Amino acid sequence: MREREVPQEGNATLAGHRKAVYAAGEDGRLRLVPSRGWEVEEIVTRQAVDDLERRAAEAHARALSGESSPLEYHMYRSRMDLELLAQTTGIWRWRVRRHFRPRVFARVSPTLKARYAEALGIPVEALERVE
Amino acid sequence: MPEAFLHTHAAHCESGVMSSLLRHSGLPISEAMAFGLSSALAFAYLPCIRINGLPLISFRMPPRAIVKGLQRRLSLSMRFETFRSPADGTARLDALLDSGKLVGLQASVFWLPYFPPDLRFHFNAHNLLVYGREGDEYLVSDPVGETPVRCARKDLEKARFAKGALAPKGLLYYLNAPPPAPDWSLLGRRALARTSHIMLHAPLPLVGVRGIEILARRVERLPLADGGERARLYVGNIVRMQEEIGTGGGGFRFLYASFLQELASVAGHAALEGLAGHLVGIGDRWREFALAAARMIRGRDALAPPRLAALLRALAGDERIFFRDLLRAARAWAR
Repeated sequence: MREREVPQEGNATLAGHRKAVYAAGEDGRLRLVPSRGWEVEEIVTRQAVDDLERRAAEAHARALSGESSPLEYHMYRSRMDLELLAQTTGIWRWRVRRHFRPRVFARVSPTLKARYAEALGIPVEALERVE
Repeated sequence: MPEAFLHTHAAHCESGVMSSLLRHSGLPISEAMAFGLSSALAFAYLPCIRINGLPLISFRMPPRAIVKGLQRRLSLSMRFETFRSPADGTARLDALLDSGKLVGLQASVFWLPYFPPDLRFHFNAHNLLVYGREGDEYLVSDPVGETPVRCARKDLEKARFAKGALAPKGLLYYLNAPPPAPDWSLLGRRALARTSHIMLHAPLPLVGVRGIEILARRVERLPLADGGERARLYVGNIVRMQEEIGTGGGGFRFLYASFLQELASVAGHAALEGLAGHLVGIGDRWREFALAAARMIRGRDALAPPRLAALLRALAGDERIFFRDLLRAARAWAR
C-alpha cells in the first residue's frame, strides 16, 4: 500500500479516531500513517455490530411477550453470548439457559442476580426489567 | 518519572506497548522491530474456538507472544503480576505509579470507555500503558489511540478484571532494570527463521500457510441455502480479523515488511529489502481479498464463495514462496 492510497474515508465506526496503518512513501520506505478508515472495515464492523443488535432486538421482543427472561436480552445487549456469560459469571451454561425462562428467573436468588448484574455491568434493578 | 513519557501511535497494541516501554527505558525500538523480533507474524485458523459462533482467525501469534518473546530474546528483566482481588490490583498499580514506574496492563476492550462504541467487543487481551495518575483518573497511553487518554479508576479496574477467555486477572508488567544493548543481527536472523518455520512447518496444519488453504476450502463450501446470511457473516469475520483489529493493514503483512526494511538497514543485510517489497505486494493482495469480500457482503457483487476461496489459495501460494525465500535469506545470512 502506497502512502497516498491509505484510505481516509471517515468511518463512522471509528467515531472520529484515526487508526495507524503502514504504507510505503515515495522512497519505498514503509511508515506509519494515520487513517480515517476504509469503507471495507466499516462494512465488516457494522455487520458484526448489526448481528449482535439483531439478536438483542429479538431477545427484547421475546422478553416483552413473556417467552424469555430479561436476562437473555441484557446478555445480548452487553454483546455477550451464552458461552461468554457463563464464563464471566462462573455459572454453568445449562443453568444460565434455564434462567432464560421467565418463571425460573423470577425465583433466582438476589446473590445470583447480583453476579449477573456485575458481569453485565448494569444495576440489579435494570437486570429485572426490559425498557 | 525521570523523563516525561512520550506517547506514540501504533498499529498493534502489544507491539506498540513494548516499543514505548523499551524506548522510555532507554532502548529505542520501533513498533515494527518489536513485532518482528518477537516473531509475532503468523496465520492460524482455529475452528474450535468460536466467538459469537464464528471461528477464530488470527494473523499473528497468540496474545502475550510479543511481550514474552521480547523478554526472552532481549534478556529483559521484567516482572509480571496478576491479582486475585481487584482492590489489590488497583492498589499495586497505584504504588508502582507513585514510585515512578511505567506500567503495562492487560485489559478488556469492552470496558474501556475511551474506545469507539462500535469497536468495543469482548476481547480480553488488549494491552495499554499507564504512565501516571491524577486523583481518581489514570493517564493512559493506549498505543492504538493517536493521543494519550484518561481513564477513571473504576472503569480501568473493571477492564483489568474482566472474566472469560484470556482473562487478564489484573495482569500488569514493568521493567525492573534498563534493557541491555541487543545484537540486532543475531536476533533478527533467529526471528526470521522462526517466523518462516511457523508459516511453513508448523506441526498443526491449521497454522501457517496450510491454515490459509484449509480456510480457503472452508470458504469454498460455505452453504448458501439460507440466502447467504451465514456465509456473509463468516467472510465478514475473516476480514474483520484481518483489517480491523489493530493490524497495520493487510493482516500485519505491512508491519512485518516494515520490520524487514528496518532490519536490512540496522543489520546491513540488503537481501531483506527485496523481500520487504514482495511482502508489501502480498499485503496488497490481502487487501484486495478484503475488498472483494466486503463488496459481496454489501451485495454490490454476487456472493460467490469459490471466488474468495480462489483468492485465498493464491495468497497461500504467494506466502509459501515468500517464506521459503525468507528462510533461505536467513540461512544465507548465517554463513
